Amino acid sequence: MAYGQYRVIDGSVQTRDMAHATRSTSPDLLLEVRDLKTYFFLDEGTVRAVDGVSFEVFRGRTLGIVGESGCGKSVTAQSILRIVPRPGKIVGGEIIYYRRRRRDGSTLTEQIDLTKLDPTGEEIRSIRGNEIAYIFQEPMASLSPVHTIGHQICEVIMLHQKVNKREARARAIDMLARVGLPQPEQVIDRYPHQLSGGMRQRAVIAIALSCRPSLLIADEPTTALDVTTEAQILALMRELQRDFGMAIMIITHNLGVIAEMADDVVVMYLGKEVEQAPVEELFDNPRHPYTRALLRSIPKLGRKSRTRLEAIEGMVPDPFSVPAGCAFHTRCRYYTPGICDAPPYLQVGPKHWARCSRAMELDK
Amino acid sequence: MTVQPETVQPAAAARPSDELLVVKDLKKYFPIRKGFFGRMVGQVRAVDGVSFSICRGETLGLVGESGCGKTTTARLIMRGYEPTAGEILFNDPNLGWVNIPTLDKKRMKQVRRNIQMIFQDPYSSLNPRMTLLQIVGEPLLVHGVAKGSELRDRVAELLRVVGLRPEYMVRYPHAFSGGQRQRIGIARALALHPQLVVCDEPVSALDVSIQAQILNLLQDLQEQFHLTYLFVAHDLSVVEHISDRVAVMYVGKLVEVGETEQVFHQPLHPYTEALLGAVPKPHPRYRGKQIILKGEVASPANPPSGCYFHPRCPYAVERCRVETPPLREVQPGRLVSCHRAEELQLQGVAV
Repeated sequence: MAYGQYRVIDGSVQTRDMAHATRSTSPDLLLEVRDLKTYFFLDEGTVRAVDGVSFEVFRGRTLGIVGESGCGKSVTAQSILRIVPRPGKIVGGEIIYYRRRRRDGSTLTEQIDLTKLDPTGEEIRSIRGNEIAYIFQEPMASLSPVHTIGHQICEVIMLHQKVNKREARARAIDMLARVGLPQPEQVIDRYPHQLSGGMRQRAVIAIALSCRPSLLIADEPTTALDVTTEAQILALMRELQRDFGMAIMIITHNLGVIAEMADDVVVMYLGKEVEQAPVEELFDNPRHPYTRALLRSIPKLGRKSRTRLEAIEGMVPDPFSVPAGCAFHTRCRYYTPGICDAPPYLQVGPKHWARCSRAMELDK
Repeated sequence: MTVQPETVQPAAAARPSDELLVVKDLKKYFPIRKGFFGRMVGQVRAVDGVSFSICRGETLGLVGESGCGKTTTARLIMRGYEPTAGEILFNDPNLGWVNIPTLDKKRMKQVRRNIQMIFQDPYSSLNPRMTLLQIVGEPLLVHGVAKGSELRDRVAELLRVVGLRPEYMVRYPHAFSGGQRQRIGIARALALHPQLVVCDEPVSALDVSIQAQILNLLQDLQEQFHLTYLFVAHDLSVVEHISDRVAVMYVGKLVEVGETEQVFHQPLHPYTEALLGAVPKPHPRYRGKQIILKGEVASPANPPSGCYFHPRCPYAVERCRVETPPLREVQPGRLVSCHRAEELQLQGVAV
């Protein structure tokens, strides 16, 4: 068992897996990631892109994953859909997907471990794009430039649902209207280059939601967009979540987007989750030095300008030489030799964990 | 520090109200060509009559969304483009006031010493086949300032000033992270002790934890070398942090200019209000308080009639559809182009 898997409650040591076992009874649990490890085996060495990450996604709720580039947030999402690019491989852990099925009037929940599926097999393909959908960061890169928007939506609909072309087209137009594209009957026959950045991202959302997924993974959905367009897209995602009831997993480096969207937050640093908490708790009472530093280092609107920012020293270490012990210790102002060698994942509050030996001592 | 601006002007530095750059009615139209003979079928009015000035030692933030012409404005000042019309007056320490677009090659080279640029993308703005010594030393060589061992000493000093180790001089850019590369770009820009530094989105390509370091560095260097910045950015919180004054651009025109605090706390133009309101709030407590602007940024090739912002403006009246509002001074130092600036009570950023 990795050192990071312990938590302490009332002095007794309990593993996080045991905590999972008691919690997984919740009927709203949709996806459970347990100790996920995804490594990239390169000539230069092994990159532990995701190195023991655990979290849950609940139906109808929004989980935010925040971290800097290289922290493993995108690889985590790719692992869930089993689209990790080579030479990456899932080497450990489980991703349990709780699929709800209606049969004879009653609802059954089956558990599928996505890590055990063949990444090119029938079963994951029936989930990918259908029950779990993905929005990529750069809308232009995720749309085919040589196919019309309509073609790309109908492809998804016809692949997953038994409908003919005409029915698929009608649903596609309907979906384009739902995401707020003006004149959907015309937009459906346009090519991506004929649309603006915001319209493209709306089209991508329409494709993702065309099969009414139970989970939408949005990987930096607004990073390439302007601020007024970003506000539009975030509002659209909230509205569609209300209407369709899907869960959203939003991956971003922008804490403002997290504050706007997420119910629960996972903060990642160098392949590990360093803190997770409900969103208000995370912003009001961050317990990991990295989370604190991130919140402090960002200039905020309305604060007095021309003062120095509290910058985080140094840079994200290169992935081939992750520091031993606490991976953040090289940049941490609270680092104490001897204490920070093996930080436990401490429970510091209700639904609030932090991977720091000194989490409880940090002043408010 | 032993690096000192060559043209030290203690008197000028002490008079912050001195103007260093004055831009007057600057225009840049790009032709849209079509067909075999390249017939011109229209014009993209990337910059359409922009006027502003920057005083010595201050930072002017130029904000706007993509396609509003802020980068084109920066490149015009660098003379990367020839303007369609307008003047760019620069107070050169040796030549006095000069109009940049009309300078001949020889004089332009002299002026270039004093205007330098920091680029957005530290990955594409550094030549991967040159060492840091060559990259940072190139401006010194080109202008005949230093060579040989003196050049090495100067480069070592510059690297130290931006927080890099002088031993890195022999390495190539690929060995450095984004934040370090941006420091290299800053060292190159400072090599000739410029008066004006045009920063085009200098932190937007960097990781969040690195942005603060670079912003702090830019502020320290400004103090140390009495630099003047034109800071082009789309991130409003970054602009608020670093700028003394702010100019807001929309579809090739300035819509509002003023002191940073005034513009952010009491905007006078509805677009400024919308832009400020669209920024994600920094705490979940204020969730859903974003202002959602409808529609899209107008095309500079085919702008709407009257005020360019009127199709998206919640306060638009009939006059806005017909008459283009001029940029006018409504309070000392406060310029706005809105017919209704005086009557509207707009919401700024809450403190």
